[in-house]
Amino acid sequence: MNWHHVKTVARTDLRQLIGAKDFWVPMAILGSMFFLVIPFVLLISITSLGEVEAVAQVSQAIKVLPAAAQEQIIGDTDAGRTSYALAVFLFAPVAIVVPLTISTAVGSSTIVGERERGTGEFLAHSPAGAQEIYMGKLIASFVPGYATTLVGFGAYSILVNTVVGPEVGGWFFPTPQWWALMLWVMPPFLLLTLSLVLRLSGRVKSTAAAHQASGLVTLPLIGVAYSQSTGALFGAGVSSLWIGLVAWVIALFSLSRGMRSISRGRLLGVAIET
Amino acid sequence: MSGAQPSRRTPSSAAADSRSVLISCEAADLLQLTVNSVELPEMEIDVQHAPEFIIPKEAVAAASPTGTPQGEGVFAPNGLTVAVRNVSRSFGEVKALNDLTIEVPTGRITVLLGPNGAGKTTAIRTITGALAPHEGTVQVFGVNPIEHGEEVRSRCGVVSAKPALYDRLSGWHNLEYAADLYEVNGNKAEKIREAAARFNIEHALDQPVGGYSTGMKTRLALSRSVLHEPDLLLFDEPTSGLDPESAHAVLALIREMTATGTTVVMCTHHLAEAEGLADRIVMLESGTDLIAGAPEDLTARYWPQAIVKLQCTEGDLAAVHELPGVLGADIAPDGLRAEIRLDHEVRIPDIVGTLVEKGVRLTKIDPFEPKLEDLYFAVRNEAREQGKVGEVE
Repeated sequence: MNWHHVKTVARTDLRQLIGAKDFWVPMAILGSMFFLVIPFVLLISITSLGEVEAVAQVSQAIKVLPAAAQEQIIGDTDAGRTSYALAVFLFAPVAIVVPLTISTAVGSSTIVGERERGTGEFLAHSPAGAQEIYMGKLIASFVPGYATTLVGFGAYSILVNTVVGPEVGGWFFPTPQWWALMLWVMPPFLLLTLSLVLRLSGRVKSTAAAHQASGLVTLPLIGVAYSQSTGALFGAGVSSLWIGLVAWVIALFSLSRGMRSISRGRLLGVAIET
Repeated sequence: MSGAQPSRRTPSSAAADSRSVLISCEAADLLQLTVNSVELPEMEIDVQHAPEFIIPKEAVAAASPTGTPQGEGVFAPNGLTVAVRNVSRSFGEVKALNDLTIEVPTGRITVLLGPNGAGKTTAIRTITGALAPHEGTVQVFGVNPIEHGEEVRSRCGVVSAKPALYDRLSGWHNLEYAADLYEVNGNKAEKIREAAARFNIEHALDQPVGGYSTGMKTRLALSRSVLHEPDLLLFDEPTSGLDPESAHAVLALIREMTATGTTVVMCTHHLAEAEGLADRIVMLESGTDLIAGAPEDLTARYWPQAIVKLQCTEGDLAAVHELPGVLGADIAPDGLRAEIRLDHEVRIPDIVGTLVEKGVRLTKIDPFEPKLEDLYFAVRNEAREQGKVGEVE
């Protein structure tokens, strides 16, 4: 594997994304909605506006959390405990939906897009290997989703600490489980999804078909990723490590299969290689 | 070589040795000079039919003032940069290539000529190893492009029928992408500027390619193809979508490139483009090669005799039958028009003079010089008669 080729393909794809306002503006709005706007509205209504009904509803939800999770909740007041639980446990989908949505949008069109624009011809004749092109495109699809998530995670941390922190005795976020979720559990789920999406992108005939097909693949994976992430947040320390480990093994297996599935023929848009 | 005659020496194994360089020339005197300047091993030289021969690098090095063989690594064994032999490639039920054979001599322009769907693009893709043949063998620079893909492709520059540029990137970033993929050595920025200047597109490098005209895109694609100084250039309809002036400029640049020893393969269905540009043509039809060779050799094969068309207003052209050098003539019933076959075109002035002396008032003397178009249709007609080409619908 020539990593110079991988880096070159990834960098060029990212450069095109950065230049495409019509792509990153909606994605930035999506990230802002999930990481900032929705959490802010919910948390502020509990902590500052004293939304009694909302506190009561979330308190009921907290009671169904696993014991290990309930033990972690801190705060002296109902509003404090409720907002803590909300911030730490109930926004897990944020960490999953945003990167998967963004990366899938990028990844689904990456190979079929080269074909539609005719640039697949250039890549097919270039010295870069098919697997290097695949890896470059995988990285270029992974980075926007993961980077948005990390930036959103940082912003979310500041928001949560600012809004909920005073209620629970100071800055508390990210918790160790959130660190594990962001750095260990979420990346393999993202890679697993992308490995499937890129394979689809190499097989379908148009970008529109790629989006449709990748939606079908991504939705169940979002469900799985969400449940596992929630489990990682609710569980004790090592559970997230195990969930992450299994996810990494599956993701790496899927990646190796994905790399073998790509060929120059697919970049050229000719019939399936025999 | 004064009065160059085909000369043959004993074949030598050195000629097929990969540790050799190929020297070619068009001027016979230069050939003689070159032959005399190095100590040649015994080898086969056929000056008239293949003005290229191979000598060991050591021999060139010994003759070179610097002791360094020129063009090292550029040339392939047997003087061929590309050897496609009996290649077939199907896409499902469609046979894109069918027992195709193409030989591309080093440092020459080989034109793949054929109608749409003849297999020209698939042939290019097979040469770079982008597509694997189902049958047959492909050798580029003496190696199999499927097994040595990176090695082969890094020495090829390709311009496809569509410019294949990234519209969202600037011209500069498009070239930089290629420079990085092809791992251009030295001053990358300088080389990008040089390549762009060569095709007069340097002024637009900062603009997004999406705003380029078709001609600008083609020129940028051409710049990209030469950026890494490839040994083999593959152009698939390079003038597609260009106005005549731009197309002419592009063709002139392609000719210029071979001056530095670059081998060019160009696909086209425009006969006028190939005329005068091709050192060698390969006519394709339905994925197979109908005929291949130097245009002048091929026309000589189809029209071995000189032909002149005459027209007059008075007299009888039937008199030409008796004139020396006339091999045959088709005379119109009125005797005012004739197509005359001669043993050599130098006879024409004498024939004209004799006819005038006999009172024939000639109004038209038209020596027939077969064009590529004539050759193209002659080959296709012959192939059609042999059942190799389908009837035009």
